[in-house]
Amino acid sequence: MSKNIPLWEVFIRPRNGLAHKHCGSLHAADEVMALQAARDTYTRRGEGQSIWVVPSAAISASDPDQAAENFDPSIDKVYRHPTFYEIPDEVGHM
Amino acid sequence: MAGSADLFAALIELADDQLILGHRLSEWSGRAPILEEDLALSNLALDLIGGSRNIYTYAGLVEGKGRDEDDLAYMRLEREYLNCLLVERGNDDFAQTMLRQLYFAALMQPYWQAALASNDETIRGIAGKAVKEMAYHVRHSAEWVIRLGDGTAQSAEKMQAAVVEMHPFTEELFTMSEAARACAKAGSLPDRESLRAEWSRTIASVFEQALLTVPEVRFPQSGGRQGRHGEEMGHILAELQYVQRTHPGLTW
Repeated sequence: MSKNIPLWEVFIRPRNGLAHKHCGSLHAADEVMALQAARDTYTRRGEGQSIWVVPSAAISASDPDQAAENFDPSIDKVYRHPTFYEIPDEVGHM
Repeated sequence: MAGSADLFAALIELADDQLILGHRLSEWSGRAPILEEDLALSNLALDLIGGSRNIYTYAGLVEGKGRDEDDLAYMRLEREYLNCLLVERGNDDFAQTMLRQLYFAALMQPYWQAALASNDETIRGIAGKAVKEMAYHVRHSAEWVIRLGDGTAQSAEKMQAAVVEMHPFTEELFTMSEAARACAKAGSLPDRESLRAEWSRTIASVFEQALLTVPEVRFPQSGGRQGRHGEEMGHILAELQYVQRTHPGLTW
């Protein structure tokens, strides 16, 4: 049956101010049913304030075979991390 | 103020509807057409059963004989259950299950909405939670009814067959027992009859999108509110009560 029903990726925003995060996928006939299924499948324990669903077919993914050339060059560039600043106490949580 | 016997009976009608419909929905657990819907149906069941617990507990307090939610849910005889016949109808197929849910929730959403204005604080509390749950039950079941009614030739046929089968049981949703009438007059619970127009509008709007027609009902079915149930009720209670009757007072 699932063969005929498209796959959707589900993104949940746990709290206001945070970004939507990918939490899984599901099958549903259309976007309305996908949102309901996401609500029933992924927000049963109070995880969410907002839901996005995206057809899995609409997602372009990077090629695992290119992982080395994509990601390895960044490993030795620690200066890209903003960890070299002294943050004044008054700034608080960043 | 309605007498406590009236309030008790009216609360039992409400709680029994929720318990029996919740039990029916729970029968889908592990058997729904897709995993996502399996979870959705279990969620709906838990909303209803959770709500029934609060209502039974309050009914026990109102009665004042020391009966708790378990005594009321599991230790009564069939004729003492006052749920309407609609909620005990079998699951049969998915179309029938979703339509039964729509028929029930399309009344209970405005019912609990109206109960927010009750002069009884406990009922206002129960209504506050239930009104959101019922709004979702309407939305979820309506979307399925629309998709099945306006779906394939086979799904449309099954959906219309479900309408013909279930519609005669909707009239009883609006039945006002003496107890319910006394509570409505006292301002503790809403008048079901006053919500008929809103229910009909909801059903008409869904049916229009679902390409379904409301059948003419010549013989409306009722009796549940007087404790007269269909033969399936005994089977439900046998399963529902078995553990509590075998091991009375059992706790987890």
